Amino acid sequence: MKRRVVITGMGAVTPLGVGAQALHERWASGICGIEDGVGRCSEFDPTEFLSTKEIRRLDRFSQFALVAADDALVQAGWGEERPYDPLRVGCVIATGIGGQYTVESQLDVLRERGPRMVSPLGIPQYMPNAAAAAVSMKHHLQGQAYGVVSACSGGAHAIGSALRMIQYGDADAVVAGGSEAALTQFAFASFEAMQALSPSGISRPFDLHRDGFVMGEGAAVLVLEEAGAARARGATILGEVAGYGATADAYHLTAPEPSGAPAARAIELALTDAGLSPQELDYVNAHGTSTQLNDAAETAALKRALGEEQARRIPVSSTKSAIGHLLGAAGAVEAVATVETLRTRVIPPTLGYEVPDPELDLDFVPGEARPLIVSNGHPPAAISNSFAFGGHNVALVLRGAGS
Amino acid sequence: MPAVTTEQVETRVIEALASFGPEADRITRESTFEELDIDSLDLVELAQIVEDEYGVVLKGEDMKEMKTVGDAIDVIVSRAD
Repeated sequence: MKRRVVITGMGAVTPLGVGAQALHERWASGICGIEDGVGRCSEFDPTEFLSTKEIRRLDRFSQFALVAADDALVQAGWGEERPYDPLRVGCVIATGIGGQYTVESQLDVLRERGPRMVSPLGIPQYMPNAAAAAVSMKHHLQGQAYGVVSACSGGAHAIGSALRMIQYGDADAVVAGGSEAALTQFAFASFEAMQALSPSGISRPFDLHRDGFVMGEGAAVLVLEEAGAARARGATILGEVAGYGATADAYHLTAPEPSGAPAARAIELALTDAGLSPQELDYVNAHGTSTQLNDAAETAALKRALGEEQARRIPVSSTKSAIGHLLGAAGAVEAVATVETLRTRVIPPTLGYEVPDPELDLDFVPGEARPLIVSNGHPPAAISNSFAFGGHNVALVLRGAGS
Repeated sequence: MPAVTTEQVETRVIEALASFGPEADRITRESTFEELDIDSLDLVELAQIVEDEYGVVLKGEDMKEMKTVGDAIDVIVSRAD
Protein backbone atom coordinates (compact mmCIF):
# COMPACT_ATOMS: atom_id res chain seq x y z
CA MET A 1 0.00 0.00 0.00
CA LYS A 2 1.28 3.43 -0.95
CA ARG A 3 1.98 5.90 1.82
CA ARG A 4 0.53 9.42 1.59
CA VAL A 5 2.76 12.45 1.31
CA VAL A 6 2.04 15.89 2.74
CA ILE A 7 3.72 19.26 2.36
CA THR A 8 4.83 20.92 5.59
CA GLY A 9 7.12 23.69 4.35
CA MET A 10 7.63 25.76 1.21
CA GLY A 11 10.25 28.31 0.24
CA ALA A 12 10.65 30.29 -2.95
CA VAL A 13 12.94 32.86 -4.50
CA THR A 14 11.26 34.37 -7.55
CA PRO A 15 11.03 37.59 -9.55
CA LEU A 16 8.12 38.43 -7.21
CA GLY A 17 10.39 38.35 -4.14
CA VAL A 18 11.64 35.93 -1.52
CA GLY A 19 8.96 33.68 -0.03
CA ALA A 20 6.17 31.35 -1.12
CA GLN A 21 3.46 33.72 0.10
CA ALA A 22 4.97 36.70 -1.75
CA LEU A 23 4.83 34.68 -4.96
CA HIS A 24 1.14 33.85 -4.70
CA GLU A 25 -0.08 37.09 -3.12
CA ARG A 26 1.68 39.35 -5.59
CA TRP A 27 0.71 37.26 -8.59
CA ALA A 28 -2.93 37.14 -7.39
CA SER A 29 -2.98 40.91 -6.98
CA GLY A 30 -1.89 41.31 -10.59
CA ILE A 31 1.76 42.23 -10.07
CA CYS A 32 4.10 41.08 -12.84
CA GLY A 33 7.72 40.39 -11.88
CA ILE A 34 8.95 40.73 -15.46
CA GLU A 35 10.94 43.86 -16.26
CA ASP A 36 12.38 44.69 -19.68
CA GLY A 37 11.42 41.25 -20.90
CA VAL A 38 13.26 39.36 -18.13
CA GLY A 39 12.05 37.70 -14.91
CA ARG A 40 14.98 38.61 -12.66
CA CYS A 41 15.15 38.07 -8.89
CA SER A 42 16.17 41.68 -8.40
CA GLU A 43 15.17 41.75 -4.72
CA PHE A 44 17.48 38.82 -3.88
CA ASP A 45 20.63 39.84 -2.00
CA PRO A 46 22.60 36.73 -0.99
CA THR A 47 24.39 38.57 1.84
CA GLU A 48 21.04 38.89 3.65
CA PHE A 49 20.74 35.12 3.89
CA LEU A 50 24.08 33.38 3.44
CA SER A 51 27.59 33.54 4.90
CA THR A 52 30.60 34.77 2.94
CA LYS A 53 31.82 31.21 2.67
CA GLU A 54 28.48 29.94 1.37
CA ILE A 55 28.20 32.73 -1.20
CA ARG A 56 31.74 32.15 -2.46
CA ARG A 57 31.22 28.41 -2.84
CA LEU A 58 27.78 28.47 -4.44
CA ASP A 59 26.75 29.50 -7.90
CA ARG A 60 23.68 31.76 -7.97
CA PHE A 61 21.42 28.76 -8.76
CA SER A 62 22.55 26.98 -5.60
CA GLN A 63 22.21 30.18 -3.55
CA PHE A 64 18.56 30.40 -4.61
CA ALA A 65 17.99 26.75 -3.70
CA LEU A 66 19.66 27.05 -0.32
CA VAL A 67 17.66 30.13 0.66
CA ALA A 68 14.41 28.49 -0.50
CA ALA A 69 15.28 25.30 1.42
CA ASP A 70 16.17 27.24 4.58
CA ASP A 71 12.78 28.99 4.43
CA ALA A 72 10.90 25.76 3.75
CA LEU A 73 12.54 23.95 6.69
CA VAL A 74 11.80 26.87 9.04
CA GLN A 75 8.16 26.75 7.99
CA ALA A 76 8.12 22.97 8.49
CA GLY A 77 9.31 23.58 12.03
CA TRP A 78 12.45 21.51 11.74
CA GLY A 79 14.54 23.00 14.52
CA GLU A 80 17.89 21.81 15.83
CA GLU A 81 16.15 18.60 16.90
CA ARG A 82 15.40 17.01 13.56
CA PRO A 83 12.11 15.05 13.48
CA TYR A 84 13.60 12.18 11.42
CA ASP A 85 16.66 9.97 11.27
CA PRO A 86 18.91 11.89 8.80
CA LEU A 87 19.42 8.68 6.79
CA ARG A 88 15.65 8.61 6.16
CA VAL A 89 15.53 12.13 4.67
CA GLY A 90 16.18 12.59 0.94
CA CYS A 91 17.01 15.67 -1.09
CA VAL A 92 16.19 16.09 -4.78
CA ILE A 93 16.78 19.45 -6.46
CA ALA A 94 16.41 19.95 -10.20
CA THR A 95 18.03 22.40 -12.56
CA GLY A 96 17.77 22.87 -16.28
CA ILE A 97 21.26 24.16 -16.88
CA GLY A 98 23.28 24.23 -13.64
CA GLY A 99 25.90 26.81 -12.69
CA GLN A 100 25.91 28.78 -15.92
CA TYR A 101 27.39 31.96 -14.40
CA THR A 102 30.31 29.92 -13.05
CA VAL A 103 30.89 28.12 -16.35
CA GLU A 104 31.08 31.41 -18.19
CA SER A 105 33.26 33.24 -15.66
CA GLN A 106 35.69 30.32 -15.45
CA LEU A 107 35.86 30.10 -19.26
CA ASP A 108 36.90 33.77 -19.17
CA VAL A 109 39.63 32.90 -16.63
CA LEU A 110 40.84 30.05 -18.83
CA ARG A 111 41.04 32.21 -21.93
CA GLU A 112 42.48 35.32 -20.28
CA ARG A 113 44.81 33.87 -17.63
CA GLY A 114 45.42 30.27 -18.62
CA PRO A 115 44.47 26.85 -17.27
CA ARG A 116 46.52 27.14 -14.06
CA MET A 117 44.27 29.95 -12.82
CA VAL A 118 40.95 28.09 -13.26
CA SER A 119 39.31 27.87 -9.84
CA PRO A 120 39.20 24.57 -7.91
CA LEU A 121 35.68 25.71 -6.94
CA GLY A 122 34.54 25.71 -10.59
CA ILE A 123 33.24 22.14 -10.86
CA PRO A 124 31.65 22.04 -7.39
CA GLN A 125 29.81 25.24 -8.32
CA TYR A 126 28.62 24.42 -11.80
CA MET A 127 27.83 20.72 -11.50
CA PRO A 128 24.04 20.34 -11.90
CA ASN A 129 23.81 18.45 -8.58
CA ALA A 130 25.48 21.35 -6.70
CA ALA A 131 22.20 22.67 -5.29
CA ALA A 132 21.14 19.24 -4.02
CA ALA A 133 24.58 18.75 -2.49
CA ALA A 134 24.51 22.15 -0.78
CA VAL A 135 21.06 21.63 0.74
CA SER A 136 21.89 18.10 1.84
CA MET A 137 25.15 19.22 3.45
CA LYS A 138 23.81 22.29 5.23
CA HIS A 139 20.82 20.44 6.68
CA HIS A 140 22.53 17.09 7.23
CA LEU A 141 20.13 15.14 4.99
CA GLN A 142 21.76 11.75 4.55
CA GLY A 143 19.15 9.83 2.57
CA GLN A 144 19.13 9.75 -1.24
CA ALA A 145 20.32 13.11 -2.55
CA TYR A 146 20.73 14.01 -6.19
CA GLY A 147 19.99 16.51 -8.91
CA VAL A 148 17.38 15.99 -11.59
CA VAL A 149 18.03 17.16 -15.12
CA SER A 150 15.10 17.35 -17.52
CA ALA A 151 15.07 20.97 -18.72
CA CYS A 152 11.79 22.70 -18.00
CA SER A 153 10.11 19.73 -16.33
CA GLY A 154 12.97 19.19 -13.82
CA GLY A 155 11.28 20.79 -10.83
CA ALA A 156 8.20 18.63 -11.29
CA HIS A 157 10.28 15.47 -11.84
CA ALA A 158 12.09 16.25 -8.57
CA ILE A 159 8.82 16.46 -6.65
CA GLY A 160 7.57 13.30 -8.36
CA SER A 161 10.76 11.42 -7.45
CA ALA A 162 10.42 12.64 -3.88
CA LEU A 163 6.81 11.49 -3.78
CA ARG A 164 7.76 8.00 -4.93
CA MET A 165 10.62 7.85 -2.44
CA ILE A 166 8.20 8.40 0.44
CA GLN A 167 5.26 6.48 -1.06
CA TYR A 168 7.33 3.32 -1.29
CA GLY A 169 9.19 3.67 1.97
CA ASP A 170 12.69 4.63 0.81
CA ALA A 171 12.45 7.84 2.85
CA ASP A 172 10.20 9.38 5.50
CA ALA A 173 10.78 12.92 4.33
CA VAL A 174 12.33 14.60 1.28
CA VAL A 175 13.42 18.16 0.67
CA ALA A 176 12.60 18.66 -3.02
CA GLY A 177 12.51 21.43 -5.57
CA GLY A 178 14.19 23.11 -8.48
CA SER A 179 16.48 26.03 -9.14
CA GLU A 180 17.70 28.04 -12.11
CA ALA A 181 19.96 31.04 -12.66
CA ALA A 182 20.92 31.33 -16.30
CA LEU A 183 20.17 34.90 -17.29
CA THR A 184 23.48 35.20 -19.11
CA GLN A 185 24.12 36.71 -22.49
CA PHE A 186 25.10 33.27 -23.79
CA ALA A 187 21.86 31.65 -22.61
CA PHE A 188 19.79 34.46 -24.09
CA ALA A 189 21.64 34.12 -27.40
CA SER A 190 21.11 30.35 -27.40
CA PHE A 191 17.37 30.56 -26.75
CA GLU A 192 17.05 33.43 -29.22
CA ALA A 193 18.74 31.34 -31.89
CA MET A 194 15.93 28.81 -31.40
CA GLN A 195 13.38 31.65 -31.76
CA ALA A 196 11.88 30.51 -28.46
CA LEU A 197 12.02 33.88 -26.68
CA SER A 198 9.34 36.53 -26.95
CA PRO A 199 10.54 39.41 -29.16
CA SER A 200 7.96 41.66 -27.48
CA GLY A 201 9.23 40.67 -24.02
CA ILE A 202 5.66 40.01 -22.87
CA SER A 203 4.59 36.71 -21.33
CA ARG A 204 0.94 36.21 -22.33
CA PRO A 205 0.18 32.50 -22.25
CA PHE A 206 -2.76 31.27 -24.34
CA ASP A 207 -3.32 34.74 -25.86
CA LEU A 208 -3.75 34.97 -29.64
CA HIS A 209 -0.70 37.27 -29.83
CA ARG A 210 1.63 35.15 -27.70
CA ASP A 211 5.06 35.23 -29.31
CA GLY A 212 7.44 33.17 -27.16
CA PHE A 213 8.55 32.78 -23.56
CA VAL A 214 10.23 35.23 -21.23
CA MET A 215 13.28 33.92 -19.36
CA GLY A 216 13.23 33.99 -15.59
CA GLU A 217 15.32 32.82 -12.67
CA GLY A 218 14.61 31.56 -9.18
CA ALA A 219 13.96 28.48 -7.08
CA ALA A 220 11.40 26.74 -4.94
CA VAL A 221 11.82 23.99 -2.37
CA LEU A 222 9.17 21.95 -0.59
CA VAL A 223 9.42 19.81 2.53
CA LEU A 224 7.53 16.57 1.93
CA GLU A 225 6.78 14.17 4.77
CA GLU A 226 4.97 10.88 5.16
CA ALA A 227 1.46 11.94 6.22
CA GLY A 228 1.21 9.85 9.40
CA ALA A 229 4.61 10.93 10.71
CA ALA A 230 3.89 14.59 9.95
CA ARG A 231 0.58 14.44 11.82
CA ALA A 232 2.14 12.54 14.72
CA ARG A 233 4.68 15.28 15.27
CA GLY A 234 1.95 17.93 15.09
CA ALA A 235 3.20 19.57 11.89
CA THR A 236 1.02 22.12 10.10
CA ILE A 237 -0.06 20.50 6.84
CA LEU A 238 -0.06 22.91 3.90
CA GLY A 239 -1.23 20.43 1.29
CA GLU A 240 -0.66 17.02 -0.20
CA VAL A 241 1.30 15.74 -3.18
CA ALA A 242 -1.33 13.23 -4.21
CA GLY A 243 -0.20 12.04 -7.61
CA TYR A 244 2.59 12.05 -10.18
CA GLY A 245 2.62 11.01 -13.81
CA ALA A 246 5.42 11.35 -16.35
CA THR A 247 5.85 10.41 -19.99
CA ALA A 248 8.00 11.38 -22.98
CA ASP A 249 6.90 12.50 -26.45
CA ALA A 250 9.72 10.71 -28.32
CA TYR A 251 8.81 13.07 -31.13
CA HIS A 252 11.06 16.13 -31.55
CA LEU A 253 13.96 17.80 -29.71
CA THR A 254 12.03 20.98 -28.98
CA ALA A 255 8.52 20.89 -30.46
CA PRO A 256 5.77 19.24 -28.42
CA GLU A 257 3.83 16.34 -29.92
CA PRO A 258 0.93 18.39 -31.39
CA SER A 259 -1.97 16.06 -30.49
CA GLY A 260 -0.97 16.31 -26.82
CA ALA A 261 -1.48 12.57 -26.42
CA PRO A 262 1.72 11.75 -24.46
CA ALA A 263 1.22 14.82 -22.24
CA ALA A 264 -2.40 13.79 -21.67
CA ARG A 265 -1.18 10.36 -20.62
CA ALA A 266 1.03 11.98 -17.95
CA ILE A 267 -2.04 13.80 -16.59
CA GLU A 268 -4.07 10.57 -16.59
CA LEU A 269 -1.30 8.72 -14.77
CA ALA A 270 -1.10 11.45 -12.13
CA LEU A 271 -4.87 11.34 -11.57
CA THR A 272 -4.79 7.55 -11.27
CA ASP A 273 -1.90 7.79 -8.79
CA ALA A 274 -3.98 10.25 -6.74
CA GLY A 275 -7.14 8.16 -7.07
CA LEU A 276 -9.04 11.16 -8.45
CA SER A 277 -11.32 11.64 -11.45
CA PRO A 278 -11.23 14.75 -13.68
CA GLN A 279 -14.55 15.77 -12.06
CA GLU A 280 -12.74 16.19 -8.74
CA LEU A 281 -10.31 18.81 -10.05
CA ASP A 282 -10.83 22.47 -9.11
CA TYR A 283 -7.88 24.16 -10.83
CA VAL A 284 -5.12 23.62 -13.38
CA ASN A 285 -1.78 25.42 -13.05
CA ALA A 286 -0.70 25.25 -16.68
CA HIS A 287 2.82 24.96 -18.02
CA GLY A 288 1.58 27.83 -20.26
CA THR A 289 4.86 29.14 -21.65
CA SER A 290 3.42 31.74 -24.05
CA THR A 291 4.87 29.95 -27.08
CA GLN A 292 2.59 29.11 -30.01
CA LEU A 293 3.30 25.40 -29.88
CA ASN A 294 3.26 24.70 -26.14
CA ASP A 295 0.04 26.49 -25.39
CA ALA A 296 -1.77 24.76 -28.28
CA ALA A 297 -0.45 21.28 -27.41
CA GLU A 298 -1.18 21.79 -23.70
CA THR A 299 -4.77 22.82 -24.43
CA ALA A 300 -5.17 19.70 -26.56
CA ALA A 301 -3.64 17.55 -23.81
CA LEU A 302 -5.99 18.93 -21.16
CA LYS A 303 -9.03 18.23 -23.35
CA ARG A 304 -7.82 14.71 -24.04
CA ALA A 305 -7.05 13.89 -20.43
CA LEU A 306 -10.02 15.57 -18.74
CA GLY A 307 -12.66 15.43 -21.48
CA GLU A 308 -13.69 18.53 -23.48
CA GLU A 309 -16.51 19.56 -21.18
CA GLN A 310 -14.57 19.16 -17.97
CA ALA A 311 -11.48 20.85 -19.44
CA ARG A 312 -13.64 23.89 -20.27
CA ARG A 313 -15.14 24.00 -16.78
CA ILE A 314 -11.88 24.06 -14.79
CA PRO A 315 -10.04 27.39 -14.37
CA VAL A 316 -6.55 27.25 -15.94
CA SER A 317 -3.89 29.89 -15.23
CA SER A 318 -0.16 30.19 -15.88
CA THR A 319 2.37 31.39 -13.28
CA LYS A 320 4.72 32.20 -16.17
CA SER A 321 2.49 35.18 -16.96
CA ALA A 322 3.79 36.79 -13.74
CA ILE A 323 7.41 35.62 -13.51
CA GLY A 324 8.41 34.24 -16.91
CA HIS A 325 9.82 30.78 -17.49
CA LEU A 326 12.10 29.56 -14.70
CA LEU A 327 13.20 26.49 -16.72
CA GLY A 328 14.34 23.76 -14.27
CA ALA A 329 12.84 25.66 -11.34
CA ALA A 330 9.46 26.20 -13.02
CA GLY A 331 7.82 22.93 -11.95
CA ALA A 332 8.73 23.47 -8.29
CA VAL A 333 7.83 27.18 -8.23
CA GLU A 334 4.51 26.41 -9.91
CA ALA A 335 3.78 23.57 -7.48
CA VAL A 336 4.30 26.06 -4.65
CA ALA A 337 1.98 28.57 -6.36
CA THR A 338 -0.61 25.81 -6.82
CA VAL A 339 -0.48 24.73 -3.17
CA GLU A 340 -0.89 28.38 -2.12
CA THR A 341 -3.87 28.65 -4.50
CA LEU A 342 -5.50 25.63 -2.86
CA ARG A 343 -4.62 26.80 0.64
CA THR A 344 -5.89 30.37 0.25
CA ARG A 345 -8.69 29.48 -2.21
CA VAL A 346 -7.63 32.35 -4.47
CA ILE A 347 -6.93 31.58 -8.14
CA PRO A 348 -4.47 34.07 -9.64
CA PRO A 349 -5.15 35.19 -13.21
CA THR A 350 -3.22 34.61 -16.41
CA LEU A 351 -1.70 38.09 -16.63
CA GLY A 352 -1.38 39.68 -20.05
CA TYR A 353 -4.17 37.54 -21.47
CA GLU A 354 -6.21 39.92 -23.62
CA VAL A 355 -7.15 38.45 -26.98
CA PRO A 356 -8.51 34.90 -26.90
CA ASP A 357 -7.14 32.47 -29.45
CA PRO A 358 -10.23 30.86 -31.01
CA GLU A 359 -8.37 27.54 -31.12
CA LEU A 360 -7.67 27.63 -27.37
CA ASP A 361 -11.09 27.75 -25.77
CA LEU A 362 -10.52 26.98 -22.08
CA ASP A 363 -11.14 29.27 -19.09
CA PHE A 364 -7.72 30.91 -18.73
CA VAL A 365 -8.76 33.18 -15.83
CA PRO A 366 -8.39 36.51 -17.63
CA GLY A 367 -8.19 39.81 -15.79
CA GLU A 368 -8.36 39.33 -12.05
CA ALA A 369 -7.95 36.68 -9.40
CA ARG A 370 -11.09 34.84 -8.46
CA PRO A 371 -12.19 32.63 -5.59
CA LEU A 372 -11.55 28.92 -5.92
CA ILE A 373 -14.90 27.17 -5.72
CA VAL A 374 -14.73 23.74 -4.16
CA SER A 375 -17.42 21.67 -5.74
CA ASN A 376 -17.75 18.60 -3.58
CA GLY A 377 -16.81 19.53 -0.01
CA HIS A 378 -13.54 17.60 -0.18
CA PRO A 379 -10.15 19.30 0.05
CA PRO A 380 -9.63 21.07 -3.30
CA ALA A 381 -7.43 19.42 -5.91
CA ALA A 382 -5.36 20.76 -8.79
CA ILE A 383 -3.01 19.67 -11.53
CA SER A 384 0.32 21.35 -12.18
CA ASN A 385 1.74 20.60 -15.63
CA SER A 386 5.37 20.76 -16.74
CA PHE A 387 6.66 20.05 -20.23
CA ALA A 388 10.17 20.37 -21.56
CA PHE A 389 12.52 20.59 -24.49
CA GLY A 390 13.45 16.96 -25.06
CA GLY A 391 9.79 15.94 -24.92
CA HIS A 392 9.50 15.35 -21.17
CA ASN A 393 5.97 15.58 -19.72
CA VAL A 394 5.13 15.70 -16.02
CA ALA A 395 1.85 16.22 -14.21
CA LEU A 396 1.49 16.56 -10.45
CA VAL A 397 -1.79 16.30 -8.58
CA LEU A 398 -1.79 18.55 -5.53
CA ARG A 399 -4.48 18.74 -2.87
CA GLY A 400 -5.35 21.19 -0.17
CA ALA A 401 -4.95 20.13 3.43
CA GLY A 402 -7.79 17.93 4.68
CA SER A 403 -9.69 18.46 7.88
CA MET B 1 66.98 42.88 -0.71
CA PRO B 2 64.31 40.19 -0.41
CA ALA B 3 61.74 40.24 -3.19
CA VAL B 4 58.94 40.72 -0.69
CA THR B 5 58.80 41.37 3.03
CA THR B 6 57.18 39.06 5.54
CA GLU B 7 54.77 41.87 6.42
CA GLN B 8 53.64 42.24 2.82
CA VAL B 9 53.01 38.51 2.47
CA GLU B 10 51.25 38.36 5.83
CA THR B 11 48.90 41.19 4.86
CA ARG B 12 48.13 39.61 1.48
CA VAL B 13 47.59 36.09 2.87
CA ILE B 14 45.27 37.33 5.62
CA GLU B 15 43.33 39.40 3.11
CA ALA B 16 42.97 36.38 0.81
CA LEU B 17 41.89 34.07 3.63
CA ALA B 18 39.35 36.63 4.88
CA SER B 19 37.78 36.72 1.41
CA PHE B 20 37.24 32.95 1.77
CA GLY B 21 34.96 33.34 4.82
CA PRO B 22 36.61 33.84 8.24
CA GLU B 23 36.57 37.33 9.81
CA ALA B 24 39.90 39.08 9.22
CA ASP B 25 40.39 39.85 12.94
CA ARG B 26 40.20 36.14 13.75
CA ILE B 27 43.17 35.38 11.49
CA THR B 28 46.62 35.43 13.09
CA ARG B 29 49.92 33.69 12.33
CA GLU B 30 49.01 31.12 14.97
CA SER B 31 45.54 30.32 13.56
CA THR B 32 45.25 26.82 12.14
CA PHE B 33 43.48 26.36 8.82
CA GLU B 34 41.26 23.83 10.53
CA GLU B 35 39.95 26.32 13.10
CA LEU B 36 39.41 28.90 10.35
CA ASP B 37 37.41 26.31 8.39
CA ILE B 38 39.80 26.69 5.45
CA ASP B 39 39.84 23.45 3.49
CA SER B 40 41.93 21.99 0.67
CA LEU B 41 39.88 23.76 -2.03
CA ASP B 42 40.52 27.13 -0.35
CA LEU B 43 44.24 26.33 -0.12
CA VAL B 44 44.39 25.67 -3.86
CA GLU B 45 42.86 29.10 -4.42
CA LEU B 46 45.41 30.61 -2.03
CA ALA B 47 48.17 28.88 -3.99
CA GLN B 48 46.86 30.39 -7.23
CA ILE B 49 46.94 33.89 -5.72
CA VAL B 50 50.46 33.33 -4.38
CA GLU B 51 51.71 32.02 -7.71
CA ASP B 52 50.10 34.90 -9.56
CA GLU B 53 51.50 37.59 -7.27
CA TYR B 54 54.87 36.24 -6.08
CA GLY B 55 55.71 33.58 -8.66
CA VAL B 56 55.90 30.99 -5.87
CA VAL B 57 54.53 27.59 -6.82
CA LEU B 58 52.94 25.69 -3.93
CA LYS B 59 52.28 22.03 -4.62
CA GLY B 60 49.94 19.59 -2.91
CA GLU B 61 52.73 18.19 -0.71
CA ASP B 62 53.73 21.70 0.41
CA MET B 63 50.18 22.39 1.50
CA LYS B 64 49.90 19.16 3.45
CA GLU B 65 52.76 20.45 5.62
CA MET B 66 51.08 23.77 6.32
CA LYS B 67 48.93 23.69 9.43
CA THR B 68 48.89 27.35 10.40
CA VAL B 69 48.71 30.68 8.63
CA GLY B 70 52.30 31.34 9.81
CA ASP B 71 53.51 28.12 8.13
CA ALA B 72 52.11 29.35 4.80
CA ILE B 73 53.60 32.83 5.17
CA ASP B 74 57.06 31.43 6.01
CA VAL B 75 57.12 29.07 3.02
CA ILE B 76 56.02 31.82 0.64
CA VAL B 77 58.60 34.33 1.96
CA SER B 78 61.46 31.80 1.85
CA ARG B 79 60.71 30.80 -1.73
CA ALA B 80 60.13 34.35 -2.94
CA ASP B 81 63.67 35.32 -1.94
